[in-house]
Amino acid sequence: MSAPATEAALAEAIADAYAAKEPVLVQGAGTKHGMLRPVQAARSLSTRNLSGITLYAPKELVISARAGTPITEIKAALAEHGQHLTAEPPDLSDLLGVPGNQTLGGIVATNLSGPRRIVAGAMRDQILGIRAVDGTGEIFHSGGRVLKNVTGLDLCKLLSGSHGTLGIMTEITLKILPAPEQTGTLVIPGLDATAAVATLSAALGSPYGVSGAAWLPPDAAARIPELAGFNASVALMRIEEFAASVTYRTARLAQDLQPHGRAELLGDTISRSVWRSVRDVTPLTVEPGEAVWRVSVRPSAGPGILAATGLRGFLDWGGGLVWLVGDPASHPAVTAAATAAKGIWTLMHAPDSLRASADVIPPEPPVLAAIGRRVKAVMDPAGILNPGRMAAGA
Amino acid sequence: MLALPEPKADILARRDEIVAGLRAILPASGVITEPLRLKPYETDGLPAYRQIPLAVALPETTEQVAAVLKLCHSIGVRVIPRGAGTSLSGGATPLADAVVLGLMRMNRILEIDYADRCATVQAGVTNIGITQAVAGNGFFYAPDPSSQLACMIGGNVGMNSGGAHCLKYGVTANNLLGLTAVTIEGDILHLGGNHLDAAGYDWLGLITGSEGMLVVVTEVMVRILRGPEGARAMLAAFRSNEIAGQCVDAIIGSGIIPVALEFMDRPAIHACEAFAHAGYPLDAEAMLIIEVEGSVAEQDDLLDRIKRLCEPFEPLSMRVSQSPEESLAIWKGRKGAFGAVGRISPDYMCMDGTIPTSRLPEVLRRIGEMSDQYGLKVANIFHAGDGNLHPLVMFDANDPDSFHRAEAFGADILKLCVEVGGCLTGEHGVGLEKRDLMRFQFSEPELERQRRLKDAFDPAWLLNPAKVFPLQDKPRQAA
Ligand SMILES: Cc1cc2nc3c(=O)[nH]c(=O)nc-3n(C[C@H](O)[C@H](O)[C@H](O)COP(=O)(O)OP(=O)(O)OC[C@H]3O[C@@H](n4cnc5c(N)ncnc54)[C@H](O)[C@@H]3O)c2cc1C
Repeated sequence: MSAPATEAALAEAIADAYAAKEPVLVQGAGTKHGMLRPVQAARSLSTRNLSGITLYAPKELVISARAGTPITEIKAALAEHGQHLTAEPPDLSDLLGVPGNQTLGGIVATNLSGPRRIVAGAMRDQILGIRAVDGTGEIFHSGGRVLKNVTGLDLCKLLSGSHGTLGIMTEITLKILPAPEQTGTLVIPGLDATAAVATLSAALGSPYGVSGAAWLPPDAAARIPELAGFNASVALMRIEEFAASVTYRTARLAQDLQPHGRAELLGDTISRSVWRSVRDVTPLTVEPGEAVWRVSVRPSAGPGILAATGLRGFLDWGGGLVWLVGDPASHPAVTAAATAAKGIWTLMHAPDSLRASADVIPPEPPVLAAIGRRVKAVMDPAGILNPGRMAAGA
Repeated sequence: MLALPEPKADILARRDEIVAGLRAILPASGVITEPLRLKPYETDGLPAYRQIPLAVALPETTEQVAAVLKLCHSIGVRVIPRGAGTSLSGGATPLADAVVLGLMRMNRILEIDYADRCATVQAGVTNIGITQAVAGNGFFYAPDPSSQLACMIGGNVGMNSGGAHCLKYGVTANNLLGLTAVTIEGDILHLGGNHLDAAGYDWLGLITGSEGMLVVVTEVMVRILRGPEGARAMLAAFRSNEIAGQCVDAIIGSGIIPVALEFMDRPAIHACEAFAHAGYPLDAEAMLIIEVEGSVAEQDDLLDRIKRLCEPFEPLSMRVSQSPEESLAIWKGRKGAFGAVGRISPDYMCMDGTIPTSRLPEVLRRIGEMSDQYGLKVANIFHAGDGNLHPLVMFDANDPDSFHRAEAFGADILKLCVEVGGCLTGEHGVGLEKRDLMRFQFSEPELERQRRLKDAFDPAWLLNPAKVFPLQDKPRQAA
């Protein structure tokens, strides 16, 4: 595996592969190796040596770092100034079974966001600028280092979530925000999924700025030590604010939610730990041979996805994000349920036999697929970047 | 003065056939061809540029949009998508051989779902129209351009528009869930939906802000948010731009993100006060409008903290609004700023660049020097939290020399924004106005990459072709 230490060297490596028409497996720390489809490539390249924060202006709410910078390094730098990554990106290394220190480039290329997605936007929404290398070895940039920018076509959005198939990001500039002073969580135990989503919806429709809304069935709740004592399902609602506001808002919200059940308040430390678990999907364990799906639907459709598939799972994003784990043979049932609910699905992880043979994301309708092929041809004319990662033959 | 491409003689010659084709698709009132009735479509929010189009088509359904595009595509007619025509960068400026495709008749709200906090509306619904439709339930649509009474959600998608409150709530792109859009070939695309995020490529993100060059948007699915318990504004007046800029840094650095943080310089304060009578401090060199949200107690607490943060900068005055009416008056001055400047100058050009906030004092100083050099007055309004600067350059359109100086002054300001690490446009788009300045922000290969992405959607360059990219020696645009 080559791991160039400069953008120029990376560009050269890609230009070389392009000349040889040889596919390249592109990765950061490799923690998302198990996501989507396996990539067959003669060469492999890691951004891990392109590391380090290149600009941090706390008062301008921006940070830039090379793509291979570990997320932990960025978080630590931000924490020193009381700031944080707004989209709350998860660490799925336990879930995906590949330990490691995930990189900024990896989290942007997979556009993974945590519970705060519902109020703060996705990872892609935080991307202000990128530098990248395309599939011919050409370096380009898009966006910049200012919070607002509508100059030309937004390639930052195009590359976010493109799983390294359109270009290799070498440097990324993010919008960041102050970290909240305190976190509080209301728990209402014992609700079924439908009643819970109605509750979460009421909370998210309140004026109190709920920044996390999840529901865990009893078995998933039992796997979070701080919640095991409830011996029941839990609906979780988070408020992140200045301390006095957390006190005030949780009290008001608990009162407003009385028709839905009696809410208990979790304090700051416990709250942070619980939401870290939700973020990293630790309430679910994956047995060898099992598959993991992530379904995004309108929130009210979440419970139906759990019921229709009968898999182990839980709900985040007020019901709109459904995590599922179970028998790979359920793949058609998951995709059918998500499609029927007009939502989308991602096969996050599965045995290679399924990953290599099935669609791992919804296939695009022909017109869009044709546009997609033309866009791919602009960015990676020889099709050498992570071939097959998102779809067979693409 | 920017050039528009030569009209294609063969298209002009086929005008009757094109109009007949449009009439076969649309109701009689939906096709405009008489010169007098074409006049309102000859320009947009950049009135220095005017061009009567070949015809105007006003479809009422996505299917009609598809049929119109299919027709135009088959003949090779250029199409200019248009919402309310409030673009300040000339994004909706017509071409002589083009059909203007106006979405204003697609003005229905199709679905509102409070439980799932989303709404589906047609592209011609006004920005305020969405908020008005959901306000009764305490909800709102977050991006709030000052033009929100007129501008349409399709145009907002076209420009990825922002507003005074996007420091907290984000711009258009951050508040969209899905689109129905039509390609130049007349194929209907459904992108996203009432769920978050895409599993494949983020087409929604690429199309947002693409200025009508990739597809025509007919329906938009947006997130709607529950409003806060309340909001209140305060004013703080300072002795210099520099000091006000330092105060902005202190507020953001403290961990408080006000829902809005607006900066006005002396000329802007005076123009707006004469218009709004909001009690703006006329003795100040710079003023901040700072708005916070929450319960009354929370507002009090935040405003107290902010006042304490301001004090070391020795403000000339600080005034916390005592009533909703007072907050409204404070905002009336700011939101009416363009009109206010319009009252003190025959014409003005609203520029829109972004800069790293730390460079504000320097940038304002240099804009002041340019103002002297060009002999034109300028008032500066700044979304201070996010670095988005709106210098309003005052000139007299009846005096060609004054107009040319204004254009050159504006271009110099935007080049300065790029020079200090910012960009050419924060929310108004490149359009026609900034087309030729793109070379200051992007290398030729980078521009070519973006052009080729347009090729992927619109190989014949029929959709809004003369915008965003410099025209010179580009056969795609000239052909
Ligand atoms: C007084 C005033 C204040 C303003 N304040 C702000 C502000 O605070 N923030 C801000 O961001 N902007 C502001 N603007 C600029 C302008 O209002 C926005 O750019 C707005 O989004 C344009 O909407 P519109 O409906 O008028 O679109 P138009 O001007 O008609 O079109 C804008 C662009 O979008 C394209 N387009 C329009 N509809 C569609 C569609 N359905 N499908 C595909 N493409 C389409 C057009 O081709 C054009 O390129 C202001 C303008 C004025 C005049």
